[in-house]
Amino acid sequence: MVRKWQFILLGILLLLVVAACSSDEGDSENGAKADDSEGTGGEITLEYWQYSFDSKVKLMDELIAEFEEANPGIKVEQTNFPYDQYNEQVAAQVPAGRGPDVINLFYGWVPTYVDAGYLQPLPQDAFPHDEIESEFFPLVEATKMDGEYWTIPTAVRTLALFYNKDLFTEAGLDPDSPPTTWEELEDYAVQLTKADSSGRLEQSGMAWEPAQQGHQWLRDGLTIQAGGQVLSEDRRDVVWGDDPAGLEAFKYWLSFPTDLGTSEQGFYTDDVTAFVTEKAAMNVDGSFRIGTLQSDAPDLNYAVAPLPGKEAQSTNSSFWTNGITAGVEGEKLEAATKFLEFLTSDDVMERWLDATGELPAKEAVAMQDKYVNDEIYGPFIESLPFANAHFFVDETKERDLVIDAANRVLMEGMDPEEAFNQLVESTQELYDAYWSDK
Amino acid sequence: MEQYSSSHHHNQENKPPQKEKKSLTHKFRGNLKYQKYLFVYTCLLLPIIFYLGIRILPTLFTFNVGFRDWNLLSTDIQPFVGFENYLTLFKDEVFIKSIFNTLIYIVLGVSGQLIFGIIVALLLHKINRFVGFFRVIYFIPYVTSIVAISWVFQWILMGNGIINDVLVNLGLPPQPFLNSPDQAIYVIIGAMIWQSIGFQMILFLAGLENIPEMLYEAADIDGASPWQKFWHVTFPLLNPTIVFSAVIGTITFIQVSFTQVVNMSMDGSGGPLNSTISVVVYIYQLAFRQFDMGLASAATVILFLFILALTLFQMKVLTKKFDY
Repeated sequence: MVRKWQFILLGILLLLVVAACSSDEGDSENGAKADDSEGTGGEITLEYWQYSFDSKVKLMDELIAEFEEANPGIKVEQTNFPYDQYNEQVAAQVPAGRGPDVINLFYGWVPTYVDAGYLQPLPQDAFPHDEIESEFFPLVEATKMDGEYWTIPTAVRTLALFYNKDLFTEAGLDPDSPPTTWEELEDYAVQLTKADSSGRLEQSGMAWEPAQQGHQWLRDGLTIQAGGQVLSEDRRDVVWGDDPAGLEAFKYWLSFPTDLGTSEQGFYTDDVTAFVTEKAAMNVDGSFRIGTLQSDAPDLNYAVAPLPGKEAQSTNSSFWTNGITAGVEGEKLEAATKFLEFLTSDDVMERWLDATGELPAKEAVAMQDKYVNDEIYGPFIESLPFANAHFFVDETKERDLVIDAANRVLMEGMDPEEAFNQLVESTQELYDAYWSDK
Repeated sequence: MEQYSSSHHHNQENKPPQKEKKSLTHKFRGNLKYQKYLFVYTCLLLPIIFYLGIRILPTLFTFNVGFRDWNLLSTDIQPFVGFENYLTLFKDEVFIKSIFNTLIYIVLGVSGQLIFGIIVALLLHKINRFVGFFRVIYFIPYVTSIVAISWVFQWILMGNGIINDVLVNLGLPPQPFLNSPDQAIYVIIGAMIWQSIGFQMILFLAGLENIPEMLYEAADIDGASPWQKFWHVTFPLLNPTIVFSAVIGTITFIQVSFTQVVNMSMDGSGGPLNSTISVVVYIYQLAFRQFDMGLASAATVILFLFILALTLFQMKVLTKKFDY
């Protein structure tokens, strides 16, 4: 008898397990359907996801309230995840059949998301290509793939040279005339560097961190300034090594931690910390850092200048950009489009700059006198016309390749030319793999 | 409900065993003892279902994912590709490097933990004063946040950090530590050992308490030296603790190597030049940086087999019977 009820118990257990499994599958399907049909009801709810960045989250809450008031029947819900878990969280929701309708992504991730079929192209009636191309800065083309625009940003960021005015004065340099050429930058960096008797850096003239903005400075700044290009027009070939300018830029970039001895990787853990604690006199960083500097180092006496150039001027630009996910259709798609139109309106762009420090993505909005003449934002905005946003097939990997190339020279004593050729070759492999199934 | 229906069913096909039917309903309805059992088993069952759903089934599912070309962001059907993911992994230099590094982490990390744990436990076992104080001192690192410790180590070890100051003052050249592909992994292992000494110390202290004093007295009478006493009395009798510590240490080392590596390596992902990357860190990168669940799952299966083999090996080699 005992055996019999044991058997029954086992049966119940099995039943429960089977039920748990099958209802699980059913749920995700039903969930997806219910989600879609929601739109036909009275009220449409849009899920908007962006990463946690206090000033952005706060502003977005205000914007959503306004948007909802102007568009009765549409509700927007904002969800945030920390930056370093963002991809992970998005990815984890996909198999569950849940996720955002409008998503804010780093532009460098967009190809991966497009590749996976996660996004849909922006509706052309609301966002005609010629309008995007005439109004927005050309760098938004970084997320144009297969002849379609997949995302559209509210704001963009550029890199510029941050420098510590007090340390300039201390070294006998004029704090109102920052370096404008490669030679001047070298010269200033050397003058601003202090080392102790054992040769250890006490103060770095030029913060240097490939893992932070360093790799961007090399690709979109130095390479183009020297007259080179990283990618071919069709984005299929890595032409970085075709022109001697590529290697020249790579060597110049590496001269700071090597020949000039003005820099050290990991100096005071990273470039931002070193600059904030006045251990580094200059740093290449983005407009997005202004907010951090204001809150973490309100007394830091710094200024900003466009990146020093050579043959040409150039800087890196990057942006967080909004796309609509693949499953959204019907009334919900209309609502999502309206929301995107709202987010890319001139008014929102201006408020975005005030609240977050990110620059308007439309030329006419950005180039207004009040912004161009601003002491802090001015140099970033001034740089926008010659800013480039590298088309990444895999942001993480391309960054790692640059870091590795630098480390081979710095730590293993490899010849810079050999390290550079390896970098070009392995980057090309990434592009070959990306294009192979297109 | 099930009991009723089944007994009812039972009743129809089988007339004679009236007694049994009665006994079954009786057991559950009348007898408090059996009701209590039913309650206890139901309670025990819940964690099992949870465990099945949260741990076992996903684990089995990993094997399935490992055989597919599975892009995490894609909602399409994930095609079956056989052993392709495994082949890709074995051709992947970074993966091979991560396996090799994981071995270094385990071999040096676990043996370091055990050796220092035993030493500290033996020392603490000998003293009578301030025992609590020392135990707390040695145990504090274990309960401190790994992230905090990793960052403190970064600051201590950086180019113009305190350790290099000491080195320079002693007339030695400053060292790159975490910035060097040759040194970084050992620095990280050192930090991990330091952090786990407290835990190992507690285990070994418990093991030492269990060794009967009379064995040492007998050894004294036989004129054994301290080293002989350790090697022939303490060590064999600590064997079960050592096996347990080694197995647990290995498994936690494989898991924990993630947090330390991510927080201490200079680029936050196992650098410089992948010299500190562990399999777990690489699995994370494959899954959530490159969204390649197929490759990540295949790597996870390999890690699973690796841990399984290692654990069996440890149980076989380290477990010996000692009778006194």
